[in-house]
Amino acid sequence: MARYVARRLLQMIPVFIGSTLLIFLMVNVMGDPIAGLCGERACDLATAAQLKREFGLDKPLWQQYATYMGNVFTGDFGTAFNGQKVTELMGSAFPVTIRLTIVAILFEIVIGVTLGVVTGLRRGRPVDTGVLLGTLVVISVPTFVTGLLLQLLLGIKWQWISPSVRYGGFDELIVPGLVLASVSLAYVTRLTRTSIAENKRSDYVRTAVAKGLPRHRVVVRHLLRNSLIPVVTFIGADIGALMGGAIVTERIFNIRGVGFQLYQGILRQNTQTVVGFVTVLVLVFLVANLLVDLLYAVLDPRIRYA
Amino acid sequence: MRYAMHESILAGIGSVIAEEADMRGITHVRWAACVIATGLLATACGSGAGFGGAGVLTSSWGDPQNPLEPANTNDVQGGKVLDMIFRGLKKYDPRTGKAQNMLAERIDTPDSRNFTVTVKAGWRFSDGEPVTARSFVDAWNYGAGLRNNQKNAYFFGYIEGYDKVHPDSGPQSADTLSGLRVTGPRTFTVRLNQKFSSFPDTLGYAAYAPLPRVFFTDHAAWLSKPVGNGPYRIESYAKGSAMSLKKWDGYPGPDPARNAGVTLLVYTESNTAYTDVLAGNLDLVDDVPAAQLKNVGTDLDGRYINTPAGILQTLAFPYYDPKWNTAGARKVRTGLSMAIDRKQITETIFRRTRTPASDWTSPVLGTAGGFQDGLCGHACDYDPAQARKLIQEGGGLPGGRLKITYNADTGSHKQWVDAVCNSINNALGKDTACVGNPIGTFADFRNQTTGHKMTGPYRAGWQMDYPLIQNFLQPLYYTGASSNDGLWSDKRFDRLVDRANAETDRAAAVRLFQQAEGVVRDNMAAIPLWYQNGSAGYAPRLSHVALNPFSVPVYNEIKVG
Repeated sequence: MARYVARRLLQMIPVFIGSTLLIFLMVNVMGDPIAGLCGERACDLATAAQLKREFGLDKPLWQQYATYMGNVFTGDFGTAFNGQKVTELMGSAFPVTIRLTIVAILFEIVIGVTLGVVTGLRRGRPVDTGVLLGTLVVISVPTFVTGLLLQLLLGIKWQWISPSVRYGGFDELIVPGLVLASVSLAYVTRLTRTSIAENKRSDYVRTAVAKGLPRHRVVVRHLLRNSLIPVVTFIGADIGALMGGAIVTERIFNIRGVGFQLYQGILRQNTQTVVGFVTVLVLVFLVANLLVDLLYAVLDPRIRYA
Repeated sequence: MRYAMHESILAGIGSVIAEEADMRGITHVRWAACVIATGLLATACGSGAGFGGAGVLTSSWGDPQNPLEPANTNDVQGGKVLDMIFRGLKKYDPRTGKAQNMLAERIDTPDSRNFTVTVKAGWRFSDGEPVTARSFVDAWNYGAGLRNNQKNAYFFGYIEGYDKVHPDSGPQSADTLSGLRVTGPRTFTVRLNQKFSSFPDTLGYAAYAPLPRVFFTDHAAWLSKPVGNGPYRIESYAKGSAMSLKKWDGYPGPDPARNAGVTLLVYTESNTAYTDVLAGNLDLVDDVPAAQLKNVGTDLDGRYINTPAGILQTLAFPYYDPKWNTAGARKVRTGLSMAIDRKQITETIFRRTRTPASDWTSPVLGTAGGFQDGLCGHACDYDPAQARKLIQEGGGLPGGRLKITYNADTGSHKQWVDAVCNSINNALGKDTACVGNPIGTFADFRNQTTGHKMTGPYRAGWQMDYPLIQNFLQPLYYTGASSNDGLWSDKRFDRLVDRANAETDRAAAVRLFQQAEGVVRDNMAAIPLWYQNGSAGYAPRLSHVALNPFSVPVYNEIKVG
């Protein structure tokens, strides 16, 4: 087990370097960041040259990358164009987005898995058909439509919630979290349903029932545990996707999280911000994937890592 | 400040959660109160109750693009703050745009080149330090210095010694502008490198604001909480999310705040801010999104203002491309101008938040300031037949096809560029004569315009720095000027501008500038499209809401409740 983890961690290094290099190149291909920094009016040549020197943009690209990576390993992600440390931006953006992701994942697990179990056990009944139709609608409607609609109804028409997020506390993030989770939630429901329906007819379930175990024990201990493996994979991969993909939801509800910083960084062509945030997101992805793989062994004792 | 990466993130979580614990109580109570109140009175709750307190209004804001140093701020969002916390030698009247003495007791000049400035007594910064002649001279030297990376440095370009402090290449060889001399506690002299009669009227621009000593002695602390001499002082500043400004009770000026304070809240999307105003959650949104203009009248029940701002939108041309720098191309440009149905586009797409342009300045200047309605003449009227004729005479569209370049990430540029192309196509009777050419980001778009990579007309917007006709002409069309991205050059224009700047009589100077503007018209150096308005919507508890000519709300005059 320990050796497996060590090997996986080592494998992360080339993936990490490769992906950051790609992002670095992509951001740089977009053109001269100084022009974006100066805004509507071009900076005079002397100031532009001076800014270039200060941000190290006058050096060849490979050297910029090497310096940047060197700094990253000492925890210095550089300075954004508005003079703030990128780590400072991360310190304010990640907590909010992490909270948003937690709310979204909780929705996926609680509502998604429950609906999946219910429909899986009652396949073909009206409940099943109803939920299936519902998920179809949720999957086919884009997030921004759901988001704006809920904002209008709950925020303005009925005034149940504030239409925008002020402090980024959990209580404010419930509706945005639901919007963010909606599509994945529908997928989790469908995945769980299929998995449960399939395993319901398997030998070990029949054995468990024949042993005279109570129904809820059969469902929770035997059926659900085995059916959750694909769902766990999905949710694990979704953590990274939710954190990086929250741009739309964050804009609708004015959440100043990772999506906002990335969006603004791209618009202002701020290399340091974009590369820094994506680098952390890459790390989150890698770690989430490792955790998912380790969870397999817990869920299914037949799986062993050596 | 170096942390190991994960440490810093965790530290961040700690601090934010701690903050939240303080505020959570408030939000909960407010939320519950709101739910109860909804049944009774929809607007009773909200209005930023979580921020500030009685008499404090909340207003939409965007994250400033640069640190908030006066000589480094050239965006509207940063400008909002500077407008509240600083007062300069002059101030532009929020209604007429006229430059009036604020901190200046008087500014004398014998020859339009040497100026003696006397600063009024009794002014202080909000930290107690008196405002002296030195506060200005130090600030201007800092703003001009190349090593300080100030984006508005070129504003000091008229002052003698600028070439030493801010050379075109190489390091600066002097720390201070030789044209600035402190001659007494409240007097200093300015010597310019050329005659510039309207120089005193430019001094209302934020870049010329005085700075307290703490700006130089503890720069980092100043940046995290700027200190100025305006009617407000900054109470707290959470970068990237909110700034809380309180009325400064010790403010000595004639325009103190008429509310207890302003809380600026960062919105990533103007649509969300607008929604928040509708829900009674925000008091003032100063940029009503285009998509909402249709409903704004009924939504806000008249609490909507739409007033001219000093912004002119034009189509600029690349004169570094030989195809556009011919005598024939001049006719083509005039023809294109006549092929654009400005009236229809401003009415249907912009819902009258733009006005068809008929000169190269802005109505906010007023006729005395140099605005001349109809200076463009027939060349700005919609006349498809004449347009077709002129373009044919000029040898047709260079390259056979017109591509209008714009940035697709901000504003509703795509809509109007498509409409302009449509109008041109209709006039020429050819469906493929003109197409839009979107560029992904504003940064990249700027990159291509300043890098001289354009091959056809492109979107150009000009927001004035100060309400003077000079500012609408010289930076854009003078040979080698700071914003002459298209490299247009005309000796006659340059001579007229030089003469106007040397003219001491204001009316005569304006007349010369208008003659120079006539040269721009005769060559159709840029096609004027429309004057842009500023717009704002506000909550019922506010009154006396107005926008100044820079489309920034006049915060100090707003009354709450």
